[in-house]
Amino acid sequence: MQPMKFVGPDIPSLADLQNCIHCGFCLPACPTYIATGQELESPRGRLHLIAAVRDGRIEATDRTLTHLDRCLQCRACETACPSAVPYGRIMEDARASIMANAPAAQPTAWRLRALALRHVLARPAMLRRLLALGRLYSRSGLQRAVRGPLRGPLRRLLPARLARLESSIPVLSAPPFRATGTLTRPAGATARVAMLLGCVHGEIYPNMHEATVRVLTHAGCEVVAPPAQVCCGALHAHAGDAETARALARRNIAAFEAAGLGGSLDAVIVNAAGCGAAMKEYGRLLRDDPRWAERAERFAASVRDVLEYVAGRDFAHDLGPVDRTVTLQDACHLAHAQQIREAPRLILRAIPGLRLRELRTPDRCCGSAGIYAFAQPELSAQILEAKMEDVARTGADVVCTANPGCTLQLQAGVLRAGLDTEVRHVIEVLDQSVRAGAGYAR
Amino acid sequence: MLHSRHMTRPEMPTNARAAAIEALERAVGAAHVLHAPEDLIVYEYDATIDRALPDAVVFPATAEEVAAVVRAANAHDLPVVPRGSGTGLSGGAVPVKGGVVVVLTRMNRIVEVDAANRIAVVEPGVINLALQETLAPLGLTWAPDPSSQRICTIGGNVANNSGGPHTLAHGSTVNHVLGLEVVLADGRIVHLGGRVADAPGVDLRGLVVGSEGTLGIVTQATLRLVPTPRAVRTMLAIFDTIDAACEAVSAIIRGGVIPVALEMLDQEIIRAVEPRIHAGFPLDAGAVLLIEIEGLAEAVAVEAEAVIEACRASGAREVRSADTQSERDRLWEGRKSGIGAIGAVTPAFYILDGVVPRTLLPVVMRRILARSAEYGFRCANIFHAGDGNLHPNILFDPQESGAIQRVLDLGGEIMRICVDAGGSITGEHGIGLEKRSYMEWIFTPADLAAMADVRSAFDDAGRFNPCKVLPGGHGCATGHADEVARHLATPGVYI
Ligand SMILES: Cc1cc2nc3c(=O)[nH]c(=O)nc-3n(C[C@H](O)[C@H](O)[C@H](O)COP(=O)(O)OP(=O)(O)OC[C@H]3O[C@@H](n4cnc5c(N)ncnc54)[C@H](O)[C@@H]3O)c2cc1C
Ligand code: SF4
Ligand code: SF4
Repeated sequence: MQPMKFVGPDIPSLADLQNCIHCGFCLPACPTYIATGQELESPRGRLHLIAAVRDGRIEATDRTLTHLDRCLQCRACETACPSAVPYGRIMEDARASIMANAPAAQPTAWRLRALALRHVLARPAMLRRLLALGRLYSRSGLQRAVRGPLRGPLRRLLPARLARLESSIPVLSAPPFRATGTLTRPAGATARVAMLLGCVHGEIYPNMHEATVRVLTHAGCEVVAPPAQVCCGALHAHAGDAETARALARRNIAAFEAAGLGGSLDAVIVNAAGCGAAMKEYGRLLRDDPRWAERAERFAASVRDVLEYVAGRDFAHDLGPVDRTVTLQDACHLAHAQQIREAPRLILRAIPGLRLRELRTPDRCCGSAGIYAFAQPELSAQILEAKMEDVARTGADVVCTANPGCTLQLQAGVLRAGLDTEVRHVIEVLDQSVRAGAGYAR
Repeated sequence: MLHSRHMTRPEMPTNARAAAIEALERAVGAAHVLHAPEDLIVYEYDATIDRALPDAVVFPATAEEVAAVVRAANAHDLPVVPRGSGTGLSGGAVPVKGGVVVVLTRMNRIVEVDAANRIAVVEPGVINLALQETLAPLGLTWAPDPSSQRICTIGGNVANNSGGPHTLAHGSTVNHVLGLEVVLADGRIVHLGGRVADAPGVDLRGLVVGSEGTLGIVTQATLRLVPTPRAVRTMLAIFDTIDAACEAVSAIIRGGVIPVALEMLDQEIIRAVEPRIHAGFPLDAGAVLLIEIEGLAEAVAVEAEAVIEACRASGAREVRSADTQSERDRLWEGRKSGIGAIGAVTPAFYILDGVVPRTLLPVVMRRILARSAEYGFRCANIFHAGDGNLHPNILFDPQESGAIQRVLDLGGEIMRICVDAGGSITGEHGIGLEKRSYMEWIFTPADLAAMADVRSAFDDAGRFNPCKVLPGGHGCATGHADEVARHLATPGVYI
């Protein structure tokens, strides 16, 4: 590949970069710096590389792009930074400014990644075809054989890399969640909300959506799912494909407006932290588009993570006991990107009988980071291993999170570490409590 | 590839360079050497505004490897610059003459904690906070607690003789280092001091502490630990003016109480840090004092009363007490994030580090603020008031033409104000690159010559961290302005 420069409309701004004073306070928060001890794999180092490319002091060679690639975009550095450096935005802008080069000049891996995302996630039909294969694997019993009683011998037949990959395939036995329109309209509802279904979410974790609908019902909400909605575009934006991210954002804005956004709708509810974080930034994403900027701002302002939303409503009535020991992995895009830390804890603490045991480093990334687990398998596995040690230490039998990507990664971690911890969205555990409660009518 | 700029030494011929890199790879293993230009660029900085590129960066794992690196550098005539986490505030780890940057962060083992004798033996790459976390359950602490403790290394603390809020009661790093293992410029590994205070013979340990990497590379340190205090009281005193807060500092100490920490934050700092950290500093206060007292419970209660009285008498609007550990942590988080937070409210800033007699704080602060205003710069202050250790920060925009020169001029004047008040040009950040030219203000030529002689005795060829600490030196620029101007030629370097 030819070394390249940043081009296009998204070049990281000098003002953003200048916020960094090189104090290094972000280093101990960064999972890749912790794993490697390398300044090149640290937030400060990456910001300096981006600034150097921006100023034309270096060109983006394969080496430099590798360092940008290894960033999880977990944004733990933003939380740690005393100087308010908008790291996530700078990294997205940098990636977009590489991808704005002519396709032939783009780094091959980046181009393929963008193509794959564009043609899979953004296209439900394609995605469903792929997932059908996974479903076949789950339902045929082969997956159970590899993981179950025969786990030892059969698993050992797989080469290590393949075994690692296999552990990242979710169990796809339940029917997908694809319902749209009005999902529930409880008597005496005091709010009307619209739910994002996401691209893979309802396909692989239908129970999270079902739980979300039940809990929102319990909290007095009418819930709709706008039929024209699409993938949120987060992964496209992370991968530097700003164009696709913008196209998806526009379709979602229109879809939710059709469902009453700006009128009868109180909030857009998202139960995937990564999607919610991206949708809260639609305003910035479309800031230069005069026809959409204002609508995007309004949309962004109405986005709520489901935990944030539920915690702010009357949800704690009529809860039944859940006799489990639970630990909580803060999803990065909830804790660092949306600064939501209290809501999941408030919810878990409200559940009778539930014992919450905190991790040592609950807000350190698990190494999932969208497609990172597939793009950087070694580093991701190393980060995951440390996380699983932390989980095992708590002795919890459930590890909670708030994002399907984290769930997938943690499930792989549980499998690899040989634990029998269950991995659940916080909302699923709350749902369990709601259903165990006295007032729950089936 | 790399636009050749601010390479202060003539670029090495390609084959000489290749040979040097090969020798370094033999010393530490190829996986632990960086030499691609686009990799080296992240070792051109520390937390100052100085920049210069190394020729290679190595990551040794043992003292023997450090020694092998030093011998390789000698054979290829390369300068050697030790580096911890690169949080230094005087350009100490910036390789002004190129050469080999020796990063010590792989050497991060806590070798031994001897709780009964209150001793810890650590490698230089151990992070200050990691050590404190290991010691806490044993009821022990290592007293130096720089605001950067979450990431700075013990090696860096030793090299810079770092201090922190608790230096007021406990003294700076030099008081807490018993022994050192050091690699000398000829590659010998030596042991200085020991496991007890006052080891016999010439106190070379004392010389190396604070030598900023010019006399040797620290590869292990034996540290003196102190017990965690029984009772602690942290208070926040709120003032309408900096003047009143400065008066209170003197009043507290005049009253006979020596707090373990006595820190001041002015309004500029409060407004930068509060929106992010929510420490509870009132946005309309002219200044706040963060005061900590420790000792036996009864004594703490009595001393706290005296402190509150002294603050009130000096015009404090309010004195709050942190009742819980989490309130205390919040206040300290606000203090420790203070310098970093300035970055959020200005495109760039220049941090200074001066010392003045405590009783002159009010006058000196008035002079500094007046001078800054005359230059047209905002000046933000956050400092160890109890020690009279000032940190004025000059806020500026590097894109503005001539700004850098004016900032440096003002910085020089502020240093001069400190010296004229009977003070000094560094409290804790070291001399490094930034303050070499001010050394002549406080030392006579004979004083400086004596220091240079010591340095030559350790490192005749002057390869260890050249152009640092002492003014002059072969091929070094003469003043800070020249030095900085040379390294700041391109836009974006402030980033
Ligand atoms: C926001 C902020 C707040 C700060 N607050 C304080 C404070 O309260 N008090 C204070 O004293 N300082 C403070 N500092 C300055 C700095 O953190 C300290 O000087 C610290 O000790 C440097 O440690 P480091 O590991 O980052 O060293 P580096 O910056 O990497 O190096 C500093 C110097 O030490 C030398 N060195 C490093 N390791 C070794 C070694 N093993 N052997 C020999 N020489 C070595 C280097 O060559 C260089 O000259 C602050 C810095 C920042 C950015
Ligand atoms: S903490 Fe913030 S200002 Fe400090 S180095 Fe990291 S990004 Fe830069
Ligand atoms: S986003 Fe995460 S991985 Fe990337 S630099 Fe920041 S802390 Fe490190």
